Amino acid sequence: MTTPARRLILHLVSIVIGALIVVPVLFGVLGGFKDNGQLAENPLGLPDPWVVGNYTGILASGVFWRQLANSTLIAVATALAVVGASAMAAFVFARFAFRGREALFTLFAAGLMFPFAVAILPLFILLRSMGLLDNPLGVILPQAAFGLPVTIIILRQFFRTIPAEVEEAATLDGCSPAGFFWRILLPMARPALATVSVLAVVASWNNFMLPLVVFTDQNWWTLPVGVQAFQGQYSDDTARVLAYVVISMIPALGFYAVAERQLVGGLAGGVKG
Amino acid sequence: MLTTTVPAALQTRGRRARPRAGRLATVAVFIAPALALFLLLVVAPILVAGYASAYKWNGFGLPENFVGLDNFTRAFADPTFRGDLWRALVLIGLSLVVQLPVALGLAMLLNQPLKGRGIYRLIFFAPYVLSEVTTAVLFTLVFSPNRGLGDGLARWLGADAGTVFADPDTVLFALFLVISWKYFGFHMVLYLAGRQNIPRELTEAATTDGASSWQVFRHVTLPLLGPTIRVSVFLSVIGTIQLFDMVWVLTGGGPIHSSETMAVTMYQYGFRRFEVGYASAISIIMFVLSFAFALFYQRVIMRRDTEGAITTKGVQR
Repeated sequence: MTTPARRLILHLVSIVIGALIVVPVLFGVLGGFKDNGQLAENPLGLPDPWVVGNYTGILASGVFWRQLANSTLIAVATALAVVGASAMAAFVFARFAFRGREALFTLFAAGLMFPFAVAILPLFILLRSMGLLDNPLGVILPQAAFGLPVTIIILRQFFRTIPAEVEEAATLDGCSPAGFFWRILLPMARPALATVSVLAVVASWNNFMLPLVVFTDQNWWTLPVGVQAFQGQYSDDTARVLAYVVISMIPALGFYAVAERQLVGGLAGGVKG
Repeated sequence: MLTTTVPAALQTRGRRARPRAGRLATVAVFIAPALALFLLLVVAPILVAGYASAYKWNGFGLPENFVGLDNFTRAFADPTFRGDLWRALVLIGLSLVVQLPVALGLAMLLNQPLKGRGIYRLIFFAPYVLSEVTTAVLFTLVFSPNRGLGDGLARWLGADAGTVFADPDTVLFALFLVISWKYFGFHMVLYLAGRQNIPRELTEAATTDGASSWQVFRHVTLPLLGPTIRVSVFLSVIGTIQLFDMVWVLTGGGPIHSSETMAVTMYQYGFRRFEVGYASAISIIMFVLSFAFALFYQRVIMRRDTEGAITTKGVQR
């Protein structure tokens, strides 16, 4: 079907668009190896000589590692909280009949339409009154709460596909609902749990507005807040900021490389769900 | 728990024999954490925003100065906020006319047998995993005068790059380019997934009947991709209504408000000037816009998707 000429055109189009994606990033990577003089004279070419000071300086300073640790802690805790709470809720939504179930489910599903930006101001006031400013829980709990709708929808979908016979067999063997949930349903749902966990981690990792308003203490800053602050602080030192941006991209891209399947599958499946 | 002995009579009657009160308790216990989180941190803040929007309030103490709908009339009379609405429309329009069709076209390309298409797909999607902040900082530097990639390219071509993000006439388009850079791969992946759900027999049958590849696309693929496209449009519109991170970092809404969005205006008033009542009113307008759009969209535009099109979507409910 595909002629060689046509294949060539397809490749050319893909390569051009791929280049539009890659070149800005490559500019960042190479720019980080230049000094500002080089960047001004030669923004496009290879560094000459290669300056490693920008990268090594950042890696040696500890600020980056601290922000990396904060982002990781918050992302993992958010994922645990949202997946745990959602799995429990999705379990009863999928396998129990009770009055008000659909209304309650609709309430959660409607949460998909509540933009985060709408709630941020009262959320901030609420967190302030609960003493959760400059506390990681002040970011973790709201992120988990806003992650509930999509997680519950995906998990309920999946839990419904597990045959009723499995549950009946478990019950006959004397399994309580909690036992069935913990010992049978969750292990069987591992792929779905992986997907929603990956989605939760990425969402938390990239969140900016909430950590921005919750953390005034620099020691709690996450990577997005840190990158933005670094740019503000070193706005004249383009090469150094480029190095910081590039380093901060690495964990996200590394995670993408590892979890690509779950991420892409989760998004594609989310459309149907 | 597995070791607990259950009376034989109960065992054979299965789970229906479980006492009703016990089942309700299970339901309550399992749903409690999610419900508590959701009510306290999602529903309550939105209700509080609604309440605060009727007051002139600096966010400290309790709101006392009731002003009714004044905050709303003020917003709609404010040229900046009216500009926000206009800019949202422009960005939505650009997405629908440029970004999504490009994503669709690429999805169609990458659906064909092509060596290395996995790598292309990996690259096109990669920006989606970067945060809007990292993306925005990178592009500020890419377009920074004198040291940026844009400037370098312009010099190389013998042109004058100027500063796209500092010019009110170009800033919105520059912003749109960065948004597209980050998000078109996401939409492409959605379309690819949708395309792969279309049974091969349908396109093959059309080809056998002598349809050109354009005709196959126009009359078979496109209609069957309808549900996916409608979801992608939905996400794009809702995302644009609440756009914040990218703008805040790239331009701060400037120059002279020319790239400001509703969320940026809300942030400025709420967190910088402590006009919490007014900022809440802006939040509520954003909420009403998203909600009204979502409701309209689900009722009118996505309805046919739930009424059993010939797609595999039937599995969903």
